[in-house]
Amino acid sequence: MTYNRRAFLGTAAATASLLAAPMVRAQTKPRVVVVGGGAGGATAARYIAKDSGGAIDVTLVEPTRTYYTCFFSNLYLGGFREMQSLGHSYGTLAAQFGVNVVHDWAVAVDRDAKTVALAGGGSLPYDRLILSPGIDFVDGAVPGWDISAQNAMPHAYKAGSQTELLKAQIMAMPQGGTFAMVAPPNPYRCPPGPYERISMVAHLLKQNNPTAKILIADPKESFSKQGLFEEGWNDNYAGMIERIGPDFGGANVAVDPAAMTLSIDGDVMDVDVCNVIPAMKAGRIAELAGITDGNWAPVNAADMSSTMDDSIHVLGDAAAQGDMPKSGFSANSQAKVCANAVRGALTGSTVFPARFANTCWSLIDTDNGVKVGATYEATPEKIAKVDGFVSQTGESDDVRAATYQESIGWYDGIVADMFG
Amino acid sequence: MFARLLALALVVVCGPANADAGGDAARGETLFQECKSCHQVGQGAVNRIGPHLNNIFDRSAGASEGFRYSRGFERAASGGLFWTYETLNNFIENPRALVSNTRMSFRGFSDPQDRDDVLAYLRQFSASPSNIPESAPTAAAVDHAVAPEILAIVGDPAYGEYLSGECTSCHQISGVGAGIPSITHWPTDDFVTAMHAYKVGVRAHPVMQMMAGRLSDEEIAALAAYFETIN
Repeated sequence: MTYNRRAFLGTAAATASLLAAPMVRAQTKPRVVVVGGGAGGATAARYIAKDSGGAIDVTLVEPTRTYYTCFFSNLYLGGFREMQSLGHSYGTLAAQFGVNVVHDWAVAVDRDAKTVALAGGGSLPYDRLILSPGIDFVDGAVPGWDISAQNAMPHAYKAGSQTELLKAQIMAMPQGGTFAMVAPPNPYRCPPGPYERISMVAHLLKQNNPTAKILIADPKESFSKQGLFEEGWNDNYAGMIERIGPDFGGANVAVDPAAMTLSIDGDVMDVDVCNVIPAMKAGRIAELAGITDGNWAPVNAADMSSTMDDSIHVLGDAAAQGDMPKSGFSANSQAKVCANAVRGALTGSTVFPARFANTCWSLIDTDNGVKVGATYEATPEKIAKVDGFVSQTGESDDVRAATYQESIGWYDGIVADMFG
Repeated sequence: MFARLLALALVVVCGPANADAGGDAARGETLFQECKSCHQVGQGAVNRIGPHLNNIFDRSAGASEGFRYSRGFERAASGGLFWTYETLNNFIENPRALVSNTRMSFRGFSDPQDRDDVLAYLRQFSASPSNIPESAPTAAAVDHAVAPEILAIVGDPAYGEYLSGECTSCHQISGVGAGIPSITHWPTDDFVTAMHAYKVGVRAHPVMQMMAGRLSDEEIAALAAYFETIN
């Protein structure tokens, strides 16, 4: 049925362009709906619209009018960026690239009818659906915490008001007080993110509250760029940061947001700020579409299509794809592969082989940047790592400063690639 | 023509040109190493990634014949930017501060003495042909020798456009760049040479070594063709 319908549409489109009948042509353009306007969704929408030259109708569904990037939001906590500099609008995508931007929530997907239902009541038909919804939190992952507690104990793992709230709480800490973080288990968005955040909080407290303590309860044995972070913490924030790993109960935590206490392996302690980053799962619309297996949506590496529905593609954090970390860079990379494949499927344009890359920069202290990255390829089973590198401990100040400058250039580059 | 004659006359009247800048031209030549990957100066110098810098003093900005300037430079030039010791000094202190959106990715010389010395060096190649030494141009993409048959590969810009997705996560397609260099409008030979230099590890950057490492000769040629022609 699907095949026949698409074949019919293709014929009609060809006829329409010959006759140049605008009404018919408007109805027969293939339709792509993209849900989520972050690094995956915005990039996919832009590339499909840009490269198809108007041959595909692209609709982007994103609830917020100003998107605040999660990447670099830790630098806001550290005082290196203004929140305003992390905010981006969809004006260029709409005006210059012809993307139909709908500010609404996608609340359901009817895979038989191929429609997306919106919270505002509308319904969007699609030939291809691209879901790039980011993350949600696993219910009950941290006993005592749920989303209603996010004002007392912010997660700040979706950037914007949560990030501002966390910074305000840090600034209001009593002298010598305690900042606690409940770190997430794997896999989660931005593997170095919690530890860059610790660095930025330490940087902020060192200036305003030098006797304050930072405590991390961590369910993981090890973490991304661990050697680099631990070296940096020792060099710049000696005696300030304590990490409790799973050997000492870091996986056995509970919180009481009303009492502002954190329990680690049964030891209850008062804390002044508690940044709870719970276990994560794919953004809710992926689950509602019925394309998740466990917490994530499995995809085919060649085109990021769902293994459960070949009309749906899943990008970024929400996808279970193999070896790539969940990062904005990864989502942006996957989006370009997906856009090329979707365009090929809908308009017959050349589909080139998939290739992926990722680099994650982190800031440890002023002019002290580090990075980790890798290239990836599509195999029948998964996205598989090809080659990689990581910054070295003991690098010179010049190298670290250059890495930080490079990260600023990357930020400008990727947001230009996403939003035009 | 009249302006050039006038400039020539001024030099004759004023004596050795580098005395104007007051810098150490020999030290400036060493500092100019940083500029050489994009700019040539001296006899036979031609436009490459950046325009050649012969006769840069006392002429309008954005006026090197045959060079494709950024829109930022075109704007600055039409706004009357004219290269003198003072304006060049401002420019190389912080290029983007003087000409916003220039494709010149150099961060600038913060030390006033460095700027004096570089300008003293460059001054030798302006407005006084007798001062141009009989030497080869300084920059000839010499950081890595690429086999002529590789340079001869004609890249497919359509494939290059697809591959460029790997570049544009960091390098801006508009040619604007700070911290991450601009890579648009490079002569294809320079682009290919630079990428092969990363591929074999002659150039040091780990991200670029990784990205170039898996690009075939044809893919590098395709990227070079795309980025050279892009608007």
